[in-house]
Amino acid sequence: MKDTLLNVKDLQTAFFTDSGVVRAVNGVSFNLEKGKVLGIVGESGSGKSVTAYSILRILVDPGKVVGGEVFFKGEDVLKYSKREIRSLRGEKISIIFQDPMTSLNPVYTVGNQLMETIMLHTDRNRSEARQRAIEMLTLVGVNDPEKRVKQYPHELSGGMRQRVMIAMALACEPDILIADEPTTALDVTIQAQILELMQELQKKLGMAIIIITHDLGVIADMCDEIIVMYAGRICERGTSDEIFYNPKHEYTKGLLRSIPKLGMGHIRLKPIGGSPVDLLNMPKGCAFASRCDRAMKICLTNQPDEIAIGPEHMAACWMNVKAVYDEAADSGNKQGGDDK
Amino acid sequence: MWKYILKRFGLAIVTVFIIITITFFTMNAIPGGPFEKEKAPDPAVKALLEARFHLDKPVPVQFWYYLTDMFRGDFGISLKTGRNIMQTINESFAISAKLGGIAALAALAAGLVLGSIAAIMRNGVFDRVIIFFTTLFVSVPSFVLATLLLLVFCLKLAWFPVWSAESHSYFLPILALALYPMSYITRLTKSSMLDVLGQDYIRTARSKGLAETKVIFKHALRNALIPVITYMGPLVAYILTGSLVVETVFTIGGLGSKFVTGITNRDYPMVMATTIFLSVLMVVATLISDLIYKLVDPKISFD
Repeated sequence: MKDTLLNVKDLQTAFFTDSGVVRAVNGVSFNLEKGKVLGIVGESGSGKSVTAYSILRILVDPGKVVGGEVFFKGEDVLKYSKREIRSLRGEKISIIFQDPMTSLNPVYTVGNQLMETIMLHTDRNRSEARQRAIEMLTLVGVNDPEKRVKQYPHELSGGMRQRVMIAMALACEPDILIADEPTTALDVTIQAQILELMQELQKKLGMAIIIITHDLGVIADMCDEIIVMYAGRICERGTSDEIFYNPKHEYTKGLLRSIPKLGMGHIRLKPIGGSPVDLLNMPKGCAFASRCDRAMKICLTNQPDEIAIGPEHMAACWMNVKAVYDEAADSGNKQGGDDK
Repeated sequence: MWKYILKRFGLAIVTVFIIITITFFTMNAIPGGPFEKEKAPDPAVKALLEARFHLDKPVPVQFWYYLTDMFRGDFGISLKTGRNIMQTINESFAISAKLGGIAALAALAAGLVLGSIAAIMRNGVFDRVIIFFTTLFVSVPSFVLATLLLLVFCLKLAWFPVWSAESHSYFLPILALALYPMSYITRLTKSSMLDVLGQDYIRTARSKGLAETKVIFKHALRNALIPVITYMGPLVAYILTGSLVVETVFTIGGLGSKFVTGITNRDYPMVMATTIFLSVLMVVATLISDLIYKLVDPKISFD
């Protein structure tokens, strides 16, 4: 039997701004099993971070979850009291953020901020918490941890700070780690180190990871499952192999085309044309239709549902429906030919 | 750290010296003199008096006399009352310090609390009321406010005596003095608190599972304090200059009123001594606020 940790059902989050309601997340559903790695990919404004914040209920005004359910071990966290949700955060589900330069409080030492989480969720006293903080810093590969706990964030490099963030997130051995663009603000060599570290820790501690990124290349060999989001909806989901070698949504194909590959020489990358959809004025049909080279009439008027491509592969694109019909028509024609 | 303080101290002496020089020469450039009254004294008496206080000499020579006396710790006597200047300053500063000290503390405490509340309850009724009144008090100069308070609470409502030598109520002067800085600090705290509450590390604090009070009082307030501390130096300056006017309106015999009457009387030693005293106070206050800054913000380094 599958060991489902997190079950998100038809999640809807909206921002009530002065210029109108922005539906940042519009009916997102997924499952996360114990010990698995789920990747959520999409461009800026696709709703991937908002999905994560909705799960932990750390959205800021004017953002609000307006529909759906989020089950953690069978309990709907959206129905949790403030106290209950606080004991979830940092203890059972932890999150690390995009920019390690600004995600640590500049006026407290690294040790203070680490110990704060540890003392909040466990019954360790100060010196035990301090010991645990040093232990965690060692685990995430921070050199000289005894000295680091006394230092302020501005005294550490970006990569170091992200390691501190990871140490902080993992200090209470959470079931799920959400990594919201954990490497975007770091340079490439540090990116690789941080991802490697996350994979290593995942194996060691056995937690599940949700990794959010705009860069498909970054998470290629890390994820068990990948979700591709566009304009607050899931447009394609599948195993890492299915997404990379058999993409069925035009947007996923576009994303893959825009990853540079070694040995490509001077061939220009093909970017996705147009600009992201205006979330204040969402089109009636498929949100990607205006940027899609192969858009059909139906794409402009009707929102496509997720269609099963394979046992673990779904895509919300009319092209797939068309493909099924074409196939049926083809085989129909063939049969007709045989009759003659 | 000590090297820094020493350096600042040296700079402070230079600053005060420049203030002394400028004040001495501008003061002497104002027409009139201490012994020119409506009822002119006997020319012979006047000449004797002027000779006694070196007023018959050219201004640069007078300046030299003044400096040498000052370095010996002699600030002279008042040309108006004949009393020792240092003694007068000691007495009147006690009154001013009480007035200004209470006003500054009240402004700081009320400003921080109101500003934080306004930020947390942003766009609520309470926030709007606070912002309306603070905008009002920031815009009205203290002499208008002092006069209005006197008019409304002493004359119209008669809640306080206009003036009585025995039971001097400090309430209205403190109010007149504190409303502007309080309003300013409120607005400053609100905007800096709003800025801080939108920072990534506040999101981190919330995502750790901390209670909202801990998020605000531990993680937000200390960061929000940084710009407020920067205002501490100017705050002391405002309280000092503000008290010049407020003390005069409420006829309180503090340092401020001594300074103002000193100018109108051309009481040169009094003007000089009060100026020196106030500028030293100002310089020290700025230095202290810079040192506090270092305590709150670990990024500040004096090396």
